[in-house]
Amino acid sequence: MFDQLSDRLQATLSDVRSRGKLSESDVDAAMREIRLALLEADVNFKVVKTFTKTLKERCLGADVLGSLDPGQQVIKIVNEELTGLMGGTGSELAFASSGPTVILMAGLQGSGKTTACAKLARFLRENGKKDVALAACDVYRPAAVDQLVTVGGRVGAHVYEKGTDADPVEIAAWALEQAKTERRDVLIVDTAGRLHVDQELMEELSQIRKRVKPHDVLLVVDAMTGQDAVGVAESFADAAEFDGVVMSKLDGDARGGAALSVKAVTGKPILFASTGEKLEAFDRFHPDRMASRILGMGDVLSLIEKAEQQIDEDQAADLERKLRKNQFTLEDMLQQMRQVRKMGPLSGILGMLPGMGAMKQLKNADIDEGQLDRVEAIILSMTPEERANPGLIKGSRRKRIANGSGTRPQQVNQLIKQFDQMRKMMRHMTSGKMPDAQQLAAMTGGAPRPKVRRR
Amino acid sequence: MILADTGAPTTAKVVERLEHEVEAGTVPADGEAVQARLIEILAEVAATARAPIDLSGEPAVLLMVGVNGTGKTTTIGKIAWHLSKEFGLSVVLAAGDTYRAAAAEQLAEWADRAGAELVRAEEGSDPGAVAFDAVEAARARGADVVIVDTAGRLHTQTNLMEELAKVRRVIAKQMPGAPHETLLSIDATTGQNGLRQAKIFAEAAEVDGVVLTKLDGTAKGGIVLAIADELGIPVKLIGTGETLEDLRPFDPTDFANALLTD
Repeated sequence: MFDQLSDRLQATLSDVRSRGKLSESDVDAAMREIRLALLEADVNFKVVKTFTKTLKERCLGADVLGSLDPGQQVIKIVNEELTGLMGGTGSELAFASSGPTVILMAGLQGSGKTTACAKLARFLRENGKKDVALAACDVYRPAAVDQLVTVGGRVGAHVYEKGTDADPVEIAAWALEQAKTERRDVLIVDTAGRLHVDQELMEELSQIRKRVKPHDVLLVVDAMTGQDAVGVAESFADAAEFDGVVMSKLDGDARGGAALSVKAVTGKPILFASTGEKLEAFDRFHPDRMASRILGMGDVLSLIEKAEQQIDEDQAADLERKLRKNQFTLEDMLQQMRQVRKMGPLSGILGMLPGMGAMKQLKNADIDEGQLDRVEAIILSMTPEERANPGLIKGSRRKRIANGSGTRPQQVNQLIKQFDQMRKMMRHMTSGKMPDAQQLAAMTGGAPRPKVRRR
Repeated sequence: MILADTGAPTTAKVVERLEHEVEAGTVPADGEAVQARLIEILAEVAATARAPIDLSGEPAVLLMVGVNGTGKTTTIGKIAWHLSKEFGLSVVLAAGDTYRAAAAEQLAEWADRAGAELVRAEEGSDPGAVAFDAVEAARARGADVVIVDTAGRLHTQTNLMEELAKVRRVIAKQMPGAPHETLLSIDATTGQNGLRQAKIFAEAAEVDGVVLTKLDGTAKGGIVLAIADELGIPVKLIGTGETLEDLRPFDPTDFANALLTD
């Protein structure tokens, strides 16, 4: 998906680099692509509108940095804004100073409340709360109480239940009394799934809230929710005044735009992410990861960040000038290689590139870092003259270089051949053509072809 | 249409078609006429490959599949009730969700309300075996319909999708040609991911139709338009509430109307 957004942004903004700044029409074109991507991710239509407006202001006149192309530049801004919007600094559950902390769980039917209750209980027990209890207040769905008793048992939480004949408000109040007497650390109150337009049940939720005075009210939202997330969140904010959100079913492939919608209209932070069938698949929510997920971008953002930190802008500009004039030398190649290697192991970097991740042979590629060391040694064994003009390297020079670098003359030859290929390819690139994957693989520092690891 | 979760591609396609018709003059360029024509087009898209639920098998075997929390078990309860109370058919339910805690108890309650028979096994046992036993029992007793429940699963869980394909094969082993009808439940609040769900479930389990659930909220369930448009899978039933009666056949025109009203 991101490949699409990223590629489309790059296509839209391809001529910006020469001008150095994003103009109004560039930004408008970019915003169109971003709007589509966000809608595709189920971010609410109105939220998208407001968001792109803010975004546009930030993008207008933004400098295009040397190390990023304009598309990446825009994505970087989008990501910062998205993360900021979803973030909220260090949101945590509130805990009671004395007596049990009460957490009330609410949500639509099928959003995953009962499972989330058990997962949260387990999470809290793992994180220092010894005695967590659950209250079974879903008296409507058949066998909901049984389900809570079973999953509660699995995570070692006591379950307070009165079957399905009692009133949910009374069950909650009674469970709280029990939890107090039995000195539980935390009481998590499970409630029935309810539609936000069901006034009677929303009133009931509001009553439970008044009776047990929870320290935290959490709304469970299915990551696959579409445009309606906004209406749901607003209604639950009114009736239950929730403090935070649990995103459920994040282990699927939904882009989870609902997270952004809910945060945008209610201002409430997303605290937890539920990510699997197993009861331990539950963790704190990471806004930055969600931002790239909504944009569908995988780890490319961290790559952008790394590139920004590591690549010296002046050097990049210098290199670009050399490329244009076709003055790229082995010395430059050495420096380039060192720059890239500063970002971490090559196999990791390749995996972060959009498009590359999808290529199976690269995913399993075992890139030989030793090969890169050899290339470095070979270049370092050359004189400055030879580095600038590899054409000089014939018989005895080749032998000397091989001896100096602990390699064989054939390997020196191979490197020079690859360097020539690389120069050729760079001429293509500067004339606007992209190299294909085979060429790229050949370019990654001399590994002739990635070794495919058998699984 | 976007606010109803129809999705950008299907929306663009419908709008483009409407634009052409207005430009060509086949639809008068006035608000009401355009809206009326839009509803017609939407209904047409929604009505792809309409076919009633196939109950001709003896017994007819229905298989219910879908993502967690989309309303499979509830839908089965409602279908069973309609078939048994309104059509006087004898129904056997198979508790094929052997994974989620208390799923069989939940289905048992529905079976009770609908007056259907339940075939179940212990939690954690093989769902294929439960389905096999249920079809066998129904054949032995001359029951009219078997409805097989399955555990909710995310379409991204490859092993669980394979399990679904296996359940189908096991059913076919007991009764060639079965299951006669495979229904996918889609929650009306689902966004664009619904399309992925339908695509992958259809690949694994040959889905014949969609049951659009939870239409009693404010969500419009527009994603089923994209599903009909791009995958050709029709909606067969809609769920509109928590009581047994709240299940209806899908009406494309009503649906299109509702899609465009607040």
